[in-house]
Amino acid sequence: MQVNLTGSLRSSANGEAVVEISASTIRELLSKLLETYPGMEEHMELGIAVSIDGEIYRDSPSKKLPAGSEIFLLPRLQGG
Amino acid sequence: MTHDQSFTNQKFKLVGSRVNRPDGVDKVTGRAKYGADASAPGQLVALFLRSPHAHAKIKKLDTSKAEKLAGVKAVITSADLPDHTAGAQLDVLENCMARDRVLYDGHAVAAVAAIDKETAKKALKLIKVSYGKLPHVTDVDEAMRPGAPLVREDIFTRGVDPKPTEPSNVCKVSTFGHGDIEAGFDEADVIIEKSFKTEQTHQGYIEPHACLASVGPDGNGELWVTTQGHYTYRTVCAALLGMDMAKLKVTSSEIGGGFGGKTHVWIEPIALALSRKANRPVKAVMTRDEVFKASGPTCSTSMDIKIGAKKDGTITAGSAHIRYQDGAFRGQWGQLGAMTAFACYDLKNVQSVGYDVLVNRPKVAAYRAPSAPMAAFGVESTMDLVAEAIEMDPVTLRIKNAAKEGTRASYGPTYGPIGIGPTLEAAKNHPHMRAKLKKNQGRGMACGFWFNFGGQTCTDINISADGTVNLTLGTVDVGGSRASMSLICAEELGIPYDQVKANIADTSSLGHNDTTEGSRGTFSSGMATIFAAREAIEEMKERAAQTWDIPVEEVEWVEGEARAIGQKNDNLPPLTLKDIAARAAATGGPIAGHNEVVADGAGVSFASHICDVEVDPETGGTRIIRYTVIQDAGKAINPDYVEGQFQGGAAQGIGWALNEEYIYGDDGRLQNAGFLDYRIPVCSDLPFIDTEILEIPNPNHPYGIRGVGETSIVPPLAAIGNAVSNAAGVRMTHVPMSPPRILKAIEEAEA
Amino acid sequence: MTGTLVNTTVNGDAVQFACPTDESLMDSLRDRVGLTGVKEGCGTGDCGACSITLDGELVCSCLVLGVEANGRNIGTVEGLADGDKLHPLQEQFINHAALQCGICTPGFLVAAKALLDKNKNPTEEEIRYALAGNLCRCTGYDKIVRAVQAASKDLRKKK
Repeated sequence: MQVNLTGSLRSSANGEAVVEISASTIRELLSKLLETYPGMEEHMELGIAVSIDGEIYRDSPSKKLPAGSEIFLLPRLQGG
Repeated sequence: MTHDQSFTNQKFKLVGSRVNRPDGVDKVTGRAKYGADASAPGQLVALFLRSPHAHAKIKKLDTSKAEKLAGVKAVITSADLPDHTAGAQLDVLENCMARDRVLYDGHAVAAVAAIDKETAKKALKLIKVSYGKLPHVTDVDEAMRPGAPLVREDIFTRGVDPKPTEPSNVCKVSTFGHGDIEAGFDEADVIIEKSFKTEQTHQGYIEPHACLASVGPDGNGELWVTTQGHYTYRTVCAALLGMDMAKLKVTSSEIGGGFGGKTHVWIEPIALALSRKANRPVKAVMTRDEVFKASGPTCSTSMDIKIGAKKDGTITAGSAHIRYQDGAFRGQWGQLGAMTAFACYDLKNVQSVGYDVLVNRPKVAAYRAPSAPMAAFGVESTMDLVAEAIEMDPVTLRIKNAAKEGTRASYGPTYGPIGIGPTLEAAKNHPHMRAKLKKNQGRGMACGFWFNFGGQTCTDINISADGTVNLTLGTVDVGGSRASMSLICAEELGIPYDQVKANIADTSSLGHNDTTEGSRGTFSSGMATIFAAREAIEEMKERAAQTWDIPVEEVEWVEGEARAIGQKNDNLPPLTLKDIAARAAATGGPIAGHNEVVADGAGVSFASHICDVEVDPETGGTRIIRYTVIQDAGKAINPDYVEGQFQGGAAQGIGWALNEEYIYGDDGRLQNAGFLDYRIPVCSDLPFIDTEILEIPNPNHPYGIRGVGETSIVPPLAAIGNAVSNAAGVRMTHVPMSPPRILKAIEEAEA
Repeated sequence: MTGTLVNTTVNGDAVQFACPTDESLMDSLRDRVGLTGVKEGCGTGDCGACSITLDGELVCSCLVLGVEANGRNIGTVEGLADGDKLHPLQEQFINHAALQCGICTPGFLVAAKALLDKNKNPTEEEIRYALAGNLCRCTGYDKIVRAVQAASKDLRKKK
């Protein structure tokens, strides 16, 4: 499936805005991304969130990624 | 157990009513206990020695004389703390206590615990520090210039390819957006480009950071503390000090304001370390001066905004380069600003680039919708300039370009149902928009966006034998959430509001709850409360079935009582919650409901504000004449307190827009670390603040709740900027719009 | 510590404490008398959270020395209610949701009472200026002003 990269994440994927990864859960997605793009580790350690069809998930690694869904990798947000 | 968190549009009996808060009497009688209000037998007083320099090497630090002073029980420097050199917690620890260098005016270098304040003060004077001053930089633009003094030598810019080999004050570059902005600008009939600056502000909570720490040689510890997240404090303090989390009980006191500033630890780990060293309880309370210098204010910023539009009002492209200073420690605030900058709009071509920049100022912390107000100031001011250039009403321009369900957000994902359009329409139709203005008065409006979060939540419901209910929550109540949670609990159980008593648990009594930040309290704990109540109801149905000796499938829960379904059960009178509670001992013991959840799916939130100001052309002074807040709440559980959030956010934004700023001298020291010179709005500065609550349900919450706490601070800088610009006849681009800045702008325009 | 003995009256009761001569009355009331309803927001007289009355006059207790309380009459938020009957200001602050975090509330109540003791029917502007020495960061003052207006009405009805 297509995974959209945002922010500083693109710099660790050769500047690509979209990468192709096959994964069924958020956990699998993140581990495969790290395998392919080890440079992402420094971004992931600062926190990461995954948007699936517009819903942002911060702490749900087991969340399923439905086929054809819109996936965005976002920085983990902070709030006041 | 997993629960369906979908919105169900249920009809409410209690939710949405204006009820008095359960902690009201405690708070109007002086009985409520805040961070500094607890004491323990034999407690010591902690005081901190802080750097007088913006940037310096610590060449020598000698505490021996202080340690020998009678009545001094412990002295702590970085040498007494665990070495986290390679760990993720290094920045946190180094901010709490400087190591070989001080990075800002007010950076702690040592702390003492003594039998009383007098002795502690004497001890601080006996500590000898020899500093080697280093060049400093406090301005974000200056810090980015080539040859600027380096705040840290170990920071290399992230987010650029190839990886830099030289250290830099720019710790991160983050780009968001889609489409082709160059092509978009080519399509435009008008292009407006403008630069903006905003100054650093503080959350300004009235209660300084305060705690009472107690650690014994057996490794057991307790921390009473004013915090937005006692579980987070436990996690961080235990990691910093090498303690077992389960043996550190953290209790959140009543909290006297936080707004993001009490999401991080400051003095707390040091108070624990002092207590462990002295083997006595230690009380630490920051002075106001310390709060300003050494807690976590928000960023100062500088940005360039460019928007292109067609004559019919269609925006063809938007770009933003925004530079946020994070203080002396790496942050992600510029990145967050870049994400929010254009989030209100449906844009084909958009790009925002955020720079996170280090300067010699305190570590930046979250402040209510962190990073969003500044970016909104730039974008929303530019939107008014676009409207002026194409001779279109500013609200109409915004409505024409507003994001809607299905819009691809400027930060990436596609929106579900959202409220920006409705808040703008409500602004357009509001009587405020048609009110007459007098001489020297101007009107402005602006809209704003915030994400809202959910996160880890854990809640208990325990039903007493008399049918009253304890609701045990782990999200700190920062402004009335115990009332909202009690309403939700009573609604689900079908009992009166005053039959529920809500409490905030300490860390040993309930599982982890994320910090009350990101407007998550009502959304997340509300969800967990609903599910916990439903679990208790299932249990009560079981008990009723037992009592009646019928299958549980034949029991339903309606309006606070169990009813037997079906003709053959017709003769069974309903059992109320009270009846079932009274028989609990004989039907299986205590009745409880519990829920733990990662509450994801917090709906994004939008607001539109309208503001009238009067500018005195002689003095440059501005008065707020009228102010209206329109915001989507998803569902207002307790409207009084939703309005309170709207009004409070607006008031903080008004202070930021007109008065508040950190003023640094050439020596890199903060010159106005007190409420006299850092002036937050007082009662006579403000009018009544009108509110309009819209309810566009969040599809991912059973009640449709969205967070409401933060969005209200996003539009004010821009709304007031537009109003002042219209009143004074000159575009204001620098916040705060203090009298000298307004006078200067007027004079420059006249010249 | 070298202490000076202070004999004073707090909320109608005779109170005795000893304090160093440079200690603020705010610290004495909080740490020695145990009245933690007196809040510290700044310690420099800028926020009003420590507001008390001293012989009926509204003061910031952080700007008064503990020893100055000798022979004087002190009023704090703890003395506002009449037994189990809340003062109308206390009731209306709760009814109007005039507090969020509540740290400034004791100071506002004491300041508002000092106003209503002198002016039974203040205008909105008079209320706003009378409370301008008390900082609130949560509410934007809207509901606080409305609560004081409602309490002033209640008090006038009582007479």
